[in-house]
Amino acid sequence: MRNQDTSISVVICGEAGQGVQTIESLLTRIIKVNNFHVYATKEYMSRIRGGSNSTQIRVDSGPVRAPVQRIDVAVLLDAGALPHLRWRFSAHTVIIGERQALGTFSESIIDVPFSTIAQELGNPLYANSVAVGVLCGLLAIVEERAAREIEKFFTGKPAEVIVANQDALRRGYSCSADIRRRRGCFPWQIPQSDAKIAEEIVLNGAESVGMGALAGGCNFVSSYPMSPSTGVLTFLATQARRFNVIAEQAEDEISAINMAIGAWYAGARALVTTSGGGFALMEEGVSLAGMLESPLVIHLAQRPGPATGLPTRTEQGDLDLALYSGHGEFPRVIFAPGSVCEAFWCAQQAFAVADKYQIPVFILTDQYLMDSYYNHPVFDVSSLEVSPRSVATDKNYQRYRLTPDGISPRGIPGNGNGLVRVDSDEHDERAQITEDRLVRTQMVEKRLKKMTALQAEAVPPRVTGSTTYRIALVCWGSTRLIVEEACARLERDDLAVLHFRQVYPLHADTAAYLRRAEQLIVIENNATGQFARLLQMTTGVPVSEKILKYDGLPFFVDELTERLRIVLTGGDHGDRE
Amino acid sequence: MATENSFDPGKIDIAWCPGCGNFGILRVLKDSLSELQLSPQDVVIVSGIGQAAKLPQYIKAHMFNGLHGRALPPATAIKAVNPRLTVIAASGDGDMYGEGGNHFMHTIRRNPAITNLVHNNMVYGLTKGQASPTSARGFKTPVQVEGTISEPFNPLAVAIALDASFVARVFIGDMAQTKSVLKQAIQHRGYALVDILQPCVTFNKINTFQWFREHTYRLEDSYDPENRAAAFQRAIETEKLPLGIIYRCAQKKTFNENLAVYAEDDTPLWQRPFVRERLAELVQTRR
Repeated sequence: MRNQDTSISVVICGEAGQGVQTIESLLTRIIKVNNFHVYATKEYMSRIRGGSNSTQIRVDSGPVRAPVQRIDVAVLLDAGALPHLRWRFSAHTVIIGERQALGTFSESIIDVPFSTIAQELGNPLYANSVAVGVLCGLLAIVEERAAREIEKFFTGKPAEVIVANQDALRRGYSCSADIRRRRGCFPWQIPQSDAKIAEEIVLNGAESVGMGALAGGCNFVSSYPMSPSTGVLTFLATQARRFNVIAEQAEDEISAINMAIGAWYAGARALVTTSGGGFALMEEGVSLAGMLESPLVIHLAQRPGPATGLPTRTEQGDLDLALYSGHGEFPRVIFAPGSVCEAFWCAQQAFAVADKYQIPVFILTDQYLMDSYYNHPVFDVSSLEVSPRSVATDKNYQRYRLTPDGISPRGIPGNGNGLVRVDSDEHDERAQITEDRLVRTQMVEKRLKKMTALQAEAVPPRVTGSTTYRIALVCWGSTRLIVEEACARLERDDLAVLHFRQVYPLHADTAAYLRRAEQLIVIENNATGQFARLLQMTTGVPVSEKILKYDGLPFFVDELTERLRIVLTGGDHGDRE
Repeated sequence: MATENSFDPGKIDIAWCPGCGNFGILRVLKDSLSELQLSPQDVVIVSGIGQAAKLPQYIKAHMFNGLHGRALPPATAIKAVNPRLTVIAASGDGDMYGEGGNHFMHTIRRNPAITNLVHNNMVYGLTKGQASPTSARGFKTPVQVEGTISEPFNPLAVAIALDASFVARVFIGDMAQTKSVLKQAIQHRGYALVDILQPCVTFNKINTFQWFREHTYRLEDSYDPENRAAAFQRAIETEKLPLGIIYRCAQKKTFNENLAVYAEDDTPLWQRPFVRERLAELVQTRR
């Protein structure tokens, strides 16, 4: 991890539907095929048209995988963009906009007539390619290579549209030459990387969870659309035919989760994908899975609550919700991937664990992870297997047969001569309803017994930075790469990041990991430090400081670095316990 | 009277009140399944919660006894995941029309090939005598002390309005007709609703066996269940309730027939292999 930020941070901001998305897709593609590392994330309002949405793109010769608050180049597409982004500008920010579109215009803004050029070329939509041309020019990307990508990007469109977009790109390039002359400091020279970045893959968190689910053998998804979890449903729906997936949009989340449990019962491997409010409706189903001992995979993409909250923004506010969801006592597992790549493996693993232990398993993500992406090596799926654990039944089959580890062989109807009987009432080994106090006690213990093996299988925290750390930066879920980059920037040999991608149950050595540090700083994208509480409750190790953020945005690397610096030098910007 | 039936679980403790209409429904269902030459391994009975929802506990077959109001979503999913199973969702009027009302509507829209039995006794039994969605106006209970004020839910009219593919009402006092309708419902290709009128001998002193006998009639032999407007006319009759297959719309595609996974064959999902190569290809598309 580099300690100095050599990357270039480009932010494009405009109304919803104005082309931010197109510029982002095209520009990141061009950057990647030109063998630069690229990262992108977006923040947007809960509306279909209008408002102010922005995308940040970071480019570098080394891996870039986290957002920064700093903006090197801002492209403003409408009047609302300036007030929306101004707080992130510095004296060094190059601000590009079109005088006529911005309303207020100051001399610090470089006027690029995107729409005038587009009009000249015959269609206002070409403004996007002009903007891409300007940015590629500033990044010193070879013009012909960019033009080639334009052609690929618009494959299927009429030839004249492709040519016009290429012309628009070239016009953008010449604007960038003017900017360079005026500002003198361009182009930035990003050293070429020797990595084969062009060979790498780029996908966002939503696609990664979806792909990981397929890798786990997912063949049934039932859900109700809710930001920011819908991307996973959409992704799986597009793969339905190829991967034998049944993708059903349920009438509500209650139906969705009950369908998923029914699907597992009949031999499918089912997923629900939802966000906090939708998950609140699903809770009865989590409890049902607990009682039926049904496998179940729940993808919970967090957004700020309570209630409707900030529908399109990010927060790590639902750990407690997932942890305590569902009435009654039964085992569960909660994964919280720390990167797009981990999202793939967590989703894959969630299916394996759910199937093996016959329990609900959560994949806890958030809007930030869903909507972020960067280049990384191809997932190696060459040794991946899906080995369903269900068994063929014989005629004496008992679904809830008592076993030493609490796991009863799970049959499915239609495979074997036995009958597969499950009941949400307390039941005996044959699933007959009972109120016998001894059977009740046995069954409670049978279900909870699985915790022993689950704990033994738990994923330990990932340690980066100093191996002999005196101070530990503790985080979970989507903040990992942000915290790791901030840690590297601090350049201290007593500092390490402990990232938990499994937050429940915690690995048995968790207390030992924590005790190795004299100072524990827990970093969370929420207001109350839910994970810090869980750590203290589970391990008894006190947390020294909490760095929390709950404005609906993810942490920025530079922002977090500064907050850490203050805490580490004894300032009081952390929330002292 | 009792004959050998492969769905008979043998000696078991049944939690229903003596004289309850549920006994008749249990008997007719077991006989219907048996007469249709099905084996217990072919049949999944899904239920919600309530006295009616204990039905699968008393039948030898696969059983999914889920949550209150939630029989239809898992039943739909089970049939979708394994089209070769015969799936029956059975529960009471409170479960299907109250707690599960939303699922009732949307299951009809999906048209999965499942049989939906609703034990309709117009009262809540297990929670001790409150009004159900089908209770008549003025029906007095410990909660509706001045009498029920809401319009009773009309499941048949709702189902026909949604163009359900099979809509029937029977009275458990007429076991012969009940069995005949039930067998047709189970064999029907698509969603089949059978609203079964039954008395609650403990909590409903109004809608008794006698009351149902006096307030129902069998649809005449000449009745054409494929005429939707006429069916709706019958469904909204209140003086005397018609019994039989009120509406049928056979040519509708089922939920499974609309699923891409069954475009070529009906192999259950659990028998389909995981193809790693396809995943590797998919990963490569993100380059």
